[in-house]
Amino acid sequence: MTALLDVSGLSIRYGRVAAVRDLALTIRPGEIVTVIGANGAGKSTLLNGIMGLLPIEGDLRFDSAEIAHWGVERRVESGLCLVPEKRELFGAMSVADNLLLGGFRVEASLRDRTLAEVYGRFPRLAERRMQLAATLSGGERQMLAMGRALMSQPRLLMLDEPSLGLAPRIVADIFTIVRGLRDAGVAILLVEQNARAALNVADRAYVMELGEVILQGPAAELAADPRVAASYLGIQ
Amino acid sequence: MIDPIILLFLLQDGLTNGALYALLGLALVLVFTVTRVIFIPQGEFVAYGALSYALLETGRVPGTIWLLVAMGVAAFAIEAITRGSRMTGREWTTAAVLDLGLPIAIAGLTLAFASKTTPALVNLLLTLAMIAPLGPYLYRIAFQPIADSTILTLFTTAIGVHLAMTGLGLALFGAEGLRAKPLTDASLPVGPIVLTGQNIAVYLATAALIIGLWLFFERSLYGKALRATAINRVGARLVGIRTSLSGGLTFGLAAGIGAISGILIVPMTTIYYDSGFLIGLKGFVAAIIGALASYPATAIAALFVGIAEAFASFYASAFKEIIVFMLIVPVLVWRSLGAVHDDEEE
Amino acid sequence: MRTRLLLLAAIALVALAPVLPGVPPFWITLLSNIGLASLVTLGLVLLTGVGGLTSFGQAAFCGFAAYTSALLTTRYGFSPWLTLPIALSVTAFAAVVIGLITVRLSGHYLPLGTIAWGISIFYLFGRIEMLGRHDGLSGIPPLSILGMSLIDPKAIYYVIWFFVFAGSIATLNLLDSRMGRAIRALRGGRVAAESFGIDTARLKLIVFVYAAVLAGLSGWLYAHYQRTVNPTPFGLNAGIEYLFMAVLGGAGYVWGAIAGAFVVTLLKDVLQRVTPLIFGELAQVDSIVFGALLVLCLQFAPRGVWAFIRRLAPANSAPDIADAPALPKRDIAATGDALLSVEAIRKQFGGLVAVNDVSFGVKSGEIVALIGPNGAGKSTTFNLISGVARPTSGQVRFAGRDVSSASAQDVARLGMARTFQHVKLLPEMSVLENVALGAHLRGHAGVFQSLARLDRADEAKLLAEARRQIERVGLAEHMHKPAGSLALGQQRIVEITRALCLDPRLLLLDEPAAGLRHFEKQQLARLLGQLRTEGMSILLVEHDMGFVMDLTDHIVVLDFGSKIAEGKPEAIRQNPAVLEAYLGGVA
Repeated sequence: MTALLDVSGLSIRYGRVAAVRDLALTIRPGEIVTVIGANGAGKSTLLNGIMGLLPIEGDLRFDSAEIAHWGVERRVESGLCLVPEKRELFGAMSVADNLLLGGFRVEASLRDRTLAEVYGRFPRLAERRMQLAATLSGGERQMLAMGRALMSQPRLLMLDEPSLGLAPRIVADIFTIVRGLRDAGVAILLVEQNARAALNVADRAYVMELGEVILQGPAAELAADPRVAASYLGIQ
Repeated sequence: MIDPIILLFLLQDGLTNGALYALLGLALVLVFTVTRVIFIPQGEFVAYGALSYALLETGRVPGTIWLLVAMGVAAFAIEAITRGSRMTGREWTTAAVLDLGLPIAIAGLTLAFASKTTPALVNLLLTLAMIAPLGPYLYRIAFQPIADSTILTLFTTAIGVHLAMTGLGLALFGAEGLRAKPLTDASLPVGPIVLTGQNIAVYLATAALIIGLWLFFERSLYGKALRATAINRVGARLVGIRTSLSGGLTFGLAAGIGAISGILIVPMTTIYYDSGFLIGLKGFVAAIIGALASYPATAIAALFVGIAEAFASFYASAFKEIIVFMLIVPVLVWRSLGAVHDDEEE
Repeated sequence: MRTRLLLLAAIALVALAPVLPGVPPFWITLLSNIGLASLVTLGLVLLTGVGGLTSFGQAAFCGFAAYTSALLTTRYGFSPWLTLPIALSVTAFAAVVIGLITVRLSGHYLPLGTIAWGISIFYLFGRIEMLGRHDGLSGIPPLSILGMSLIDPKAIYYVIWFFVFAGSIATLNLLDSRMGRAIRALRGGRVAAESFGIDTARLKLIVFVYAAVLAGLSGWLYAHYQRTVNPTPFGLNAGIEYLFMAVLGGAGYVWGAIAGAFVVTLLKDVLQRVTPLIFGELAQVDSIVFGALLVLCLQFAPRGVWAFIRRLAPANSAPDIADAPALPKRDIAATGDALLSVEAIRKQFGGLVAVNDVSFGVKSGEIVALIGPNGAGKSTTFNLISGVARPTSGQVRFAGRDVSSASAQDVARLGMARTFQHVKLLPEMSVLENVALGAHLRGHAGVFQSLARLDRADEAKLLAEARRQIERVGLAEHMHKPAGSLALGQQRIVEITRALCLDPRLLLLDEPAAGLRHFEKQQLARLLGQLRTEGMSILLVEHDMGFVMDLTDHIVVLDFGSKIAEGKPEAIRQNPAVLEAYLGGVA
């Protein structure tokens, strides 16, 4: 199968410091890929670079098109979407408006249909439709961020630390939803510090350290790899 | 003891000016929330609008149209140079139509109509058409290239734009002040005082604009997109809102509001090429009381500024400006105490 | 050495300009104007470029001095030289009053505030009867030296440029001093500066008054040079022009002030003479050009022309840091004594409880770690201890005192030094200067000593101490590099070194190992272990379990703002609640 996202020779710099160095990564359609690593390994930088929020060097192909020079909005239009670590919701706007704007690049007729689907997937959001986003709980905020992302009809959904700051039960819910999305045909790129949960849900995984991929392979194999276990799963 | 008639008169005068300051204050809040630009040159749009309208009324062609064409060409050139290699055919067409076709069309229309005696409404629309697009062009030329800079850099840029626009104002309109005929000669006695048609036009226009802006921001997708940009720029980009588009749209609204304010004010007082700055600054006093964030607080504060100014000019006319501008200082201090500014932004 | 030669050459050029044959008189007038503008811009370089406080109102301070002198000489017959101290005092007093309000304004409110008082003062000058309203005051006597009147433009030219060079050298002296380092830290380093005991509000006021006095000096010279004053040159437009000079010249450089004043004054003169020939009398082309140039300058050369000139000049070789007597050190408490005790501290943000009644302690000579998942409240706890934030309830005792409501500066004074999760170094200052900032409280030289270069002994001790600490951590070879050019790991070490310069009783380290490579972590652990053997106490927040387990004596675990466990590393490793919270309970 051809890759949906194909990254090669990717470097991202902040001034003189390269936060991501010569990185290669592929994602096939309908696959969950996770990138794990310690704080400061360059995982979020990688996602922001793929999304176009940061300038990058190297090749970036999405659905066979070279997109490195595209603006963020064009990437959104073509089916790339990021749920950032900070969620970046529109706090002073209602849940419904947040979702509506998620479909900013989508045709009006399609938007209503997608909205119904999102409410179906996240019944909690339907209940809180008129509530301001800023008043939601942490788990609801994460659901809204994912729902807003789904409104743009993504083919590749990138999730940055979706479990961050959430209670374990809610994390479990979120990961169930992630699996459901994969089953609906959305490819997922998942960045997580909670390595155990991420390896559990993913098909394949990459381990990043200081901006470079140091290990990669099927998630189950990596979960069993003693180096991963020592560094990231807290087993000593 | 204050004579009640004088009191009423001062109140009416203050409310009329206050309504205008409210319009400007709202535009300033809008520009700041969406683009983080403290838009000092807002007042220049008022002067440009006022003087262009007054010139049209006397059958002369305002030089504004040449500025419009020049700025359109400049905006197009910058777009072509900076983004040209990455632009699709559709984007080229849009840019050509908006940056080249539109100003030339407006200039042509103005030249066709200018020498004829045209009704006030036509002059008003022409003025609006030649001022409002200056906003997006200005954003494209001066602010979009540094859109991610610090607020201070954007502010200093705004000061530079103010300087340039004041100089251009002199070149376009000359040093003579102009005054236009009122939109209507009707008047309405209310108790001991008389509301002129112009007063009423100011109140109606202000109310209509506020309602219009409210509908735009609450009901339309683009209005919501602008609000979203103001609330969270990163979030807006992530859902595919082009923040540069939001910036241009906002500047267009601001320039349009400036032009309307100018058209409303020029029948009431003589406007010179540099009158806009002080008028705009009074809008600022209101916007800052509203923390550059709250529309209702800004509108109410603007009425207060207008009234304070009316009383100051009656009781201490020599110190009118000083009183109005010193009003801002305690507000700034108060705002600074409450603000959680990130001084480390650089 | 070479900069000194260049400076002497510049002085010689300025000195010779009037006597060179063939120099037209209006060049001298122009150069005098450039000198007057340079003085004001010099103040702005310090205030805006270095200190980060943007002012559009500097012209008003010229006005205070100019009007003071004009009034005293024309109406009360004072001699011009006698009015100099009076005019500068009036300006300084006005600056203190205006500055007390202005420097408290934050972010963009500050420049807006300067516009407000800039305009108001301009109108005030034009409305006061005694100051001649809009017409101003005329017939001001010229300066005279030894009975010789300096009415000749060439004569006052020398006076003006004497002050320009004196002001520039004094400003350079100030910047190259203990206070100067602190001033340079105001822009972008406020939080770090305060945590090393620098009173930033007071420092801002000092810079504000200094800039105003330079503007006042220019105003006083102007009054006796033009021999007439009116409000126009002291208005907002003039203030904007001065800021433009500073930005164009390169707002961070002392000589950029003269470069900016030179370019703008010259350009203005050319435009004012040339444009009427092309566009007729009316066009105000200079303001169009200035406005456009300011916009372009910010887009393409935000560091101004001096940055380009500087690149052409040879870089100064870094000075050797001479040995100097050591600074006095604090007595270290006996190992095992309670140093820090945190008693049921709580921090609420609205309804959210970020830190929930947490208690623990640090004994002298001990390394304690605070661990927990992201969002557990570690950083907030840190801020409560270090005086950056205040607890809603509970108590923090440090070195025998209640510091719950003490400021960061006070806490630093008591001997608590910290590093930051996101490194807060001043990237353009050298490693040495960054580190020396940590020793601020151990020096004593003030502004006046620095201006007059009487601070050298004090300064030498501070720099020697900084050098010693840098050598101690093994960064000697990087001492003179800009801190921003170092790798992240080294920058973290520089932060620790800066903290050591405070001569602390307790080091607070916020995620010191984050982003470090394996061997860097080992080096860091060795350094911290060494510090402990020297009697230092350390409290650190850390993510890296391995790092913490091997290094620390005692661990406190937070989760969702509450303490869920504390004890020796071995015990923590086995604690089921910790495993659940910290290692992710989902799998």
